[in-house]
Order: sequence, then structure tokens, then C-alpha cells
Amino acid sequence: MKARIFVTLKGGVLDPQGKAIHHALEGLGFGGVNDVRAGKLIELDLADGTSDEDIDAMCRKLLANTVIENYRIEKVA
Amino acid sequence: MRSAVIVFPGSNCDRDLAVAFETVTGAKPAMIWHRDTDLPADIDLIGVPGGFSYGDYLRSGAMAARSPVMQAVAKAADRGAYVLGICNGFQVLTESGLLPGALLRNAGGHFVCRDVALTVENAQSAFTSRYDAGETVTYPVAHHDGNYFADAATLDRLEGEGRVALRYAEGVNGSARNIAGILNETGNVLGMMPHPERVIEAAHGKTDGRRLFEGLVEGLMTRA
Repeated sequence: MKARIFVTLKGGVLDPQGKAIHHALEGLGFGGVNDVRAGKLIELDLADGTSDEDIDAMCRKLLANTVIENYRIEKVA
Repeated sequence: MRSAVIVFPGSNCDRDLAVAFETVTGAKPAMIWHRDTDLPADIDLIGVPGGFSYGDYLRSGAMAARSPVMQAVAKAADRGAYVLGICNGFQVLTESGLLPGALLRNAGGHFVCRDVALTVENAQSAFTSRYDAGETVTYPVAHHDGNYFADAATLDRLEGEGRVALRYAEGVNGSARNIAGILNETGNVLGMMPHPERVIEAAHGKTDGRRLFEGLVEGLMTRA
């Protein structure tokens, strides 16, 4: 079983990396980009039967810092 | 008095901090490896040094905060030992929950490495007792993730409780309310981005950081 964890900065938390990417896109001539936010994708290869609670605990205890980040779990068959 | 410096893979200010502790206490601190699960039982002062623990993987300080030794540091802090986290050490203390908030990437996106002016906001703490409230001191900074962040309620509480120990007297990294260093609720844990251990002797060019360590020793002597 695999799970994908998407970690993103909360709204209002400054994202200099996203800003730099935004500027680079503009530099390449791409107009119409209003904003860029960069995050992380963490793929977990898990033993079958790993509980949702355990995956959530992994996110809360390590994978995301919930002071500044949100996370979303996507289970892949 | 017993002091210790925690050493993570990727720490690079551990020896500077050890020299600072030895200079003011007269005794070499114990160097404690991140896999150790115990600290000396009578430990009075613990340094969490700067550097790039675990290569800053995941988030600065994230892996170090979950290492075995940090459980022992949290226990020692609970019973009142002084804990000083500098730079990456500050990031480790916020990641471990010993201090509130988080350190974000510098607002300008640049690594900042220079001397900065700081205002001593709270001169009552064990760490700042040798300074005057409102005094300006100069310490070097060297960090990429020093932009202190916390929600407005947390910031208000820190300010209201006198837990902002040090504030940047100039723009450095975009820190909320220019916060450079904060105390925990009980005042025995200080996290700060600037490096006092790099300005303790004449050969460093400045000695502004020395009184931080001297004040700590004085506090420990009077407490004993």
C-alpha cells in the first residue's frame, strides 16, 4: 500500500521559494501567473493494513509542522 | 556545576559553544551525541548548538527534534535545567515543542551572514541578567531559516509575558515583530538565532556575547 502526503504552507505563511519560482516564470515570459506556492510530496510505501490513524500520526508527529503547514493524505492502491 | 552540549550529525557550532561554556564555568562540558538517551543526572546547563543537523532534511531542526537525546533534554528542562538553543538549536527547540512558533526561510530568500544589532528586551531572565533592558548589543547571525513565525495570539502572549528576550534592532530576516530570541514560560529555556558564542573574547573582535554566559553561571551559583 502506498500513501502520498502533500505538505503545503498555510495561507499567510510567507513562501520565498514560491515567490522566486513566480519571478522565474515571469522571466521566461509566462504571463497570467497570479501566485505560486511550493510544497512537498512525500511518498510512503506502507505495510498493508497500516491504519489511517497511524498515517495521520506520522504526519502530525514528523512529516508536517502544523504550526506552519497543512497536510493531505492520498492513499494509492 | 555541570554543563553539556548536544551534538547532532551536521552540528558545526558545538565546539564554539563548548569553548564558551568552558570559558565561563572553568570546566569542560560533556559532549552528548544525538543517539544518547541520558544526560548527566545533575545537569545544570544544556547547549543546543548551531549547524545543519541532519542536513536540514525535511525542515530545519525537524529530525534533530525527534532524536533520542531531545527527550532527555525536555526532561531536564522540565526540572529546571537551563537550555540554550542557538541558531539551528533554536530551530530544534521550536520543532520539539519546547518553544512556540517556527523558523521560516528568511523573507528575502538569502542566507544572512553578518553582525546585527539587537535590543535586549528582557534583562530579568537568567540568560540576560548581565545586560540592561533596552541595551543594544551586536552578535553575528548566519542563517537561512531565521524568520520567526507564530500566530498573533502567541506573539501577543510572548510580548505580554516578557518572553521576547532579544529583538533585532534592524531588518534581518523578516521575523515577526523583529523577534530574535524567546524564552519558554518558566524562563529556563532560551532560543535565539544570533550567535553569542562567537563574540566572547577580544580575539573575536567583540565580546558582547560573553555576559550572556557569565549571567547564566552567576544565576546557577546563586540558585545552588
